[in-house]
Amino acid sequence: MYGGGYIFDEPNKKQLREEEQHDEPEKLAAFEERIAKGEKIEPGDWMPAEYRRQLIRLIEQHAHSEIIGALPEGTWITRAPGFKRKLALIAKVQDEIGHGQLLYNAAETLGKSREAMINDLLSGKSKYSNVFNYPAETWADVAVIGFLIDAAAIVNQVANAKGSYGPYCRALERICYEESFHLKQGHDAFIELATGTPAQKAMLQDALNRWWQPIMHFFGPPDKASSHSEKLMQWKVKMASNDDMRNQFLESYVPKIRELGMTLPDPALKKNEETGKWEYTDPDWEEFFRVINGGGPCNAERLQVRKWAEEQGRWVRKALMRPTEKRALPVA
Amino acid sequence: MSNDSLDPRVNRLKLGEAGEVVKVEEGENWNVYEVFHQEKRGAHHEHVGCVHAPDPQLALVFAKEQFARRKKCVNLWVVRSADILAFDVEDEDMFANNMEKTYRDASGFKVMEKINKFKQSK
Repeated sequence: MYGGGYIFDEPNKKQLREEEQHDEPEKLAAFEERIAKGEKIEPGDWMPAEYRRQLIRLIEQHAHSEIIGALPEGTWITRAPGFKRKLALIAKVQDEIGHGQLLYNAAETLGKSREAMINDLLSGKSKYSNVFNYPAETWADVAVIGFLIDAAAIVNQVANAKGSYGPYCRALERICYEESFHLKQGHDAFIELATGTPAQKAMLQDALNRWWQPIMHFFGPPDKASSHSEKLMQWKVKMASNDDMRNQFLESYVPKIRELGMTLPDPALKKNEETGKWEYTDPDWEEFFRVINGGGPCNAERLQVRKWAEEQGRWVRKALMRPTEKRALPVA
Repeated sequence: MSNDSLDPRVNRLKLGEAGEVVKVEEGENWNVYEVFHQEKRGAHHEHVGCVHAPDPQLALVFAKEQFARRKKCVNLWVVRSADILAFDVEDEDMFANNMEKTYRDASGFKVMEKINKFKQSK
């Protein structure tokens, strides 16, 4: 699972000008023509420096989101209600870690080592999806995450799977297939609580109320605040605007929430039948930027868990290292 | 950070007490192996992706976890990415060829027509 919208680097003008000089116009034209024809770009192909830079950032942060995203749910494995839920949650968490590995591999084909990516995560230089900076307080949170955050991630990933970079598309194809199980088991847990005892319903409603704003944040700031997506869309790095993906999510999932008698904490949330678009109260974007820059309730804790794992696993990794062996990047 | 997290791991490990900078060294995540998946006996092994591993034996173990969790799998191959030899993508034009290939295709040989003609001529 994963959330877009705040993953693309705002390049500074000086850097862009320098890079444009290095991009040979003939090669750039041929590159853009290939993408327009729907061809995939592969690791050995020529690509503009800016395309490579934005893709590394996108795929790397997607990978981090899978790894960190497993933490809030992982805490509930020991406390899952019942054997089937526990098995499903273990399987889901294992899938998320596997998705992280697939995505690190795809990013590595672009030339950044996995070690460098992990270091950037641990130092806070590289971000991950903002939703994982919030705590999973009750079992109902796990149901909301499994159903709605995974649903939002699927909207995003299905779009990205049609992008232009071959290794990323292939990783996403496998990921989307597994995410369909995540969504279904989340929906199932959600329905069980929504149709259960008054206490279960209240617990679910409380979780929905707390998670609604992070979910609205998930697709990133509104289009009017984003200034540089045109080129990324032409290059098929970014496949849909933040607002379009948010609208697609609301269109598919608000009815599925409301049909179970649950409510959402936004009185303005409704579909405008004339435009076909959903209308809603703008979530607090200052809060979004505050949390993504380290000020959320769980930022420090998530990175501490990751650091602990790196530290404790180090002696095993080092004991098995073969420093003299010839190393290479993944080939595809 | 106080030890009142909702995450039992954080409380148990007293993670708030750590705080040194962690840096992963280059090479610590080992080498890259390409993985080939065989869906049933007799089928080709197909390339499905790669894993990081310190040696081929562990690469197989990780490949099983990563690529044989769901769909049917009867066998896996792993090979170091560094050992893959491929043509340069820039040389794609060397595969350009005469499109007229009926001379090496079964459909390029009309034996029945000749047999029928021979029979009619008798």
